[in-house]
Amino acid sequence: MPTAAARVVLVTGVSRFLGARVANALQADPGIERVIGVDTVPPTTPLGRTEFVRVDIRTPSIAKVIASAGVDTVVHLSLVTAQSVPRSKVKELNVIGTMQLLAACQRSPDMRKLVVRSSAAVYGASPMDPAVFTEQDEPVEAPSHGYAKDAVEVEGYVRGLQRRRSDLTVTVLRFVNFLGPGVDSPLTRYLRMPVVPTVLGFDPRLQFVHEDDGIEVLRRMTVEDHPGTYNVAGDGVLLLSQALRRAGRPFVPLPAQSLSVLGDLGRRFAGQTGFSPELLRLLMYGRVVDTSRLVAELSWRPKHSTEAAFAEFLSAHGMGHPGPLGLLDRLGAALTRR
Amino acid sequence: MNAQHDQDRRRVPRGADTAPDADQGANAAVAPWQAQDRADDDRGARVIRLDTARQSAGGADPDGERQEGPGPLERRIAAGLAFLRRRLTGEYEVDEFGFDPELNAAVLLPLARAMYRHWFRVELCGLEHVPRQGPALVVANHSGTLPVDGLMLTVAIHDHVGRDLRLLGADLIYQVPLLGHLSRKAGHTLACPADAARLLDKGELVGVFPEGFKGVGKPFAERYRLQRFGRGGFVETALRTGVPIIPCAIVGAEEIYPKIADLRPLARLLGLPYFPITPTWPLLGPAGLVPLPSKWMIQFGEPMRLEEHGPDAADDPMTVFNITDHVRENVQQMVYDTLLRRGPAFF
Repeated sequence: MPTAAARVVLVTGVSRFLGARVANALQADPGIERVIGVDTVPPTTPLGRTEFVRVDIRTPSIAKVIASAGVDTVVHLSLVTAQSVPRSKVKELNVIGTMQLLAACQRSPDMRKLVVRSSAAVYGASPMDPAVFTEQDEPVEAPSHGYAKDAVEVEGYVRGLQRRRSDLTVTVLRFVNFLGPGVDSPLTRYLRMPVVPTVLGFDPRLQFVHEDDGIEVLRRMTVEDHPGTYNVAGDGVLLLSQALRRAGRPFVPLPAQSLSVLGDLGRRFAGQTGFSPELLRLLMYGRVVDTSRLVAELSWRPKHSTEAAFAEFLSAHGMGHPGPLGLLDRLGAALTRR
Repeated sequence: MNAQHDQDRRRVPRGADTAPDADQGANAAVAPWQAQDRADDDRGARVIRLDTARQSAGGADPDGERQEGPGPLERRIAAGLAFLRRRLTGEYEVDEFGFDPELNAAVLLPLARAMYRHWFRVELCGLEHVPRQGPALVVANHSGTLPVDGLMLTVAIHDHVGRDLRLLGADLIYQVPLLGHLSRKAGHTLACPADAARLLDKGELVGVFPEGFKGVGKPFAERYRLQRFGRGGFVETALRTGVPIIPCAIVGAEEIYPKIADLRPLARLLGLPYFPITPTWPLLGPAGLVPLPSKWMIQFGEPMRLEEHGPDAADDPMTVFNITDHVRENVQQMVYDTLLRRGPAFF
């Protein structure tokens, strides 16, 4: 192939926040002839020159879309992490959808590149984890629940495709939690609770990636060739207690069991998202990934550190420090001025 | 004036980014208290006023002249308020291991330091062998039923070398609520090759107790007899990263909780490696948790350099076993020597 640039790009999950943003970034690239967005529901925001095709990737009709449009690059973003949808349906969407999509990719002679959005949740979270995960590390305790398990299975199927179609450029991106003004995820809902319950006796290390950085990584991976698996995270680490102090949110440490009961009650009666087992484990043991491989490959660093991404999330939601601190400041100033 | 500067710097509470200090290296062999006292004695009369006003917060102003500026007490309170403010607003930094240098220096270490000075009266030897900068692996014997020796070693290195010792701890620590995250905030991490190599690559001073539970939980009758040094994982890491091993003997920790029996069924029930019976625990209830005030000595030995073997030797189990045995014998010999020098256990 003379040119490495993608010409016809298919983006899955385009009606959701991340898919819409990535489609917008890609259509701004003059080197890309067509951007095709697929999803099961119509998009809520205008997509510009992106062509929307309403198709369920769990059905073989996705293969027809890929074949008829001559798609050469697939950006697979429709990993569902939310808990609002019943678990069985989420699994269906994540795993069966990926299988169908990959089957279609394997068939298509035009296919050149596959970019898959995965999650750092594939590393699990346990007290026996190394402090920092690199891409080669296996999880100490493999995730056994929820979207983390789905992501592990998705990556397995992607490896299978890679074996059968060694001519494809396959990029797997393991993102830590997205954060920013536009992100709505179980973690952002958790952080925005008026009083935040934490797990008694645990203070996890968290990492965030700003939405703009995540989209920039996805764009570069699509228009350039960077085969391999990469962790994506903002530099630095925040402890949960530190993050909640920065947010000015009061927090109540509760034993782990009562926290999951509380989450269950919240889900049933107050329409909240509850605490999924993988979120609960993250809130106990935390997780940190090493991004040096990504930085070396792209010669680029995320513009927002974990701290900066969190600060932007706070200002977007009008969260910050409460009043009593002003008293401390005045007292300190009075003492040093005298 | 230059010497004066160096002495002043020694009095400043150390943060995370203490510059390595050549002068300290020269003075390191002096017992810690003497070094402090001498620094005070040497203070020239002409410069004393400015220094005390700035440094020894809370001390009365000798001349009572400096009325225009805020007094030392006010400064101290203001500094305390600023600290409180930073803690309440989360405006502090932690590294990727969860190490919180500010919390460690201001809260965690002072608690241990009181015990270090007044309860165990720790004496140090061979401090000149601990590098002031660059990576190194401190390998020490482990004892005492509860790992108080790790705490005391951290205080010793922080106060007299000016570095933060990053210990490698058992996975049990990270499963226990509270203990796990406090240990991370104090700069320690899980004992696994990946974490050890990562810390050493960052140029940190890493401490390890290769005996593990076998060492810390051995019965009192076997005191000061070193157990097997794990599987030599620490030697592999040192070989791969090319860092020197600093052998270290800790004497005194064996007597703090003399373990005279072990309730195995109860330990199994609680998921612990052992359930110790000491002369005071559980006989006296919570009071049995107070350690006996033994006299401690910590001796650092000459760095063992492994460059001659090269990083490939890490894949040769025979070399690794030989070096492991060599380190173990070295530490055992240092333990016996230091034990002789210490004399009676409690005076």
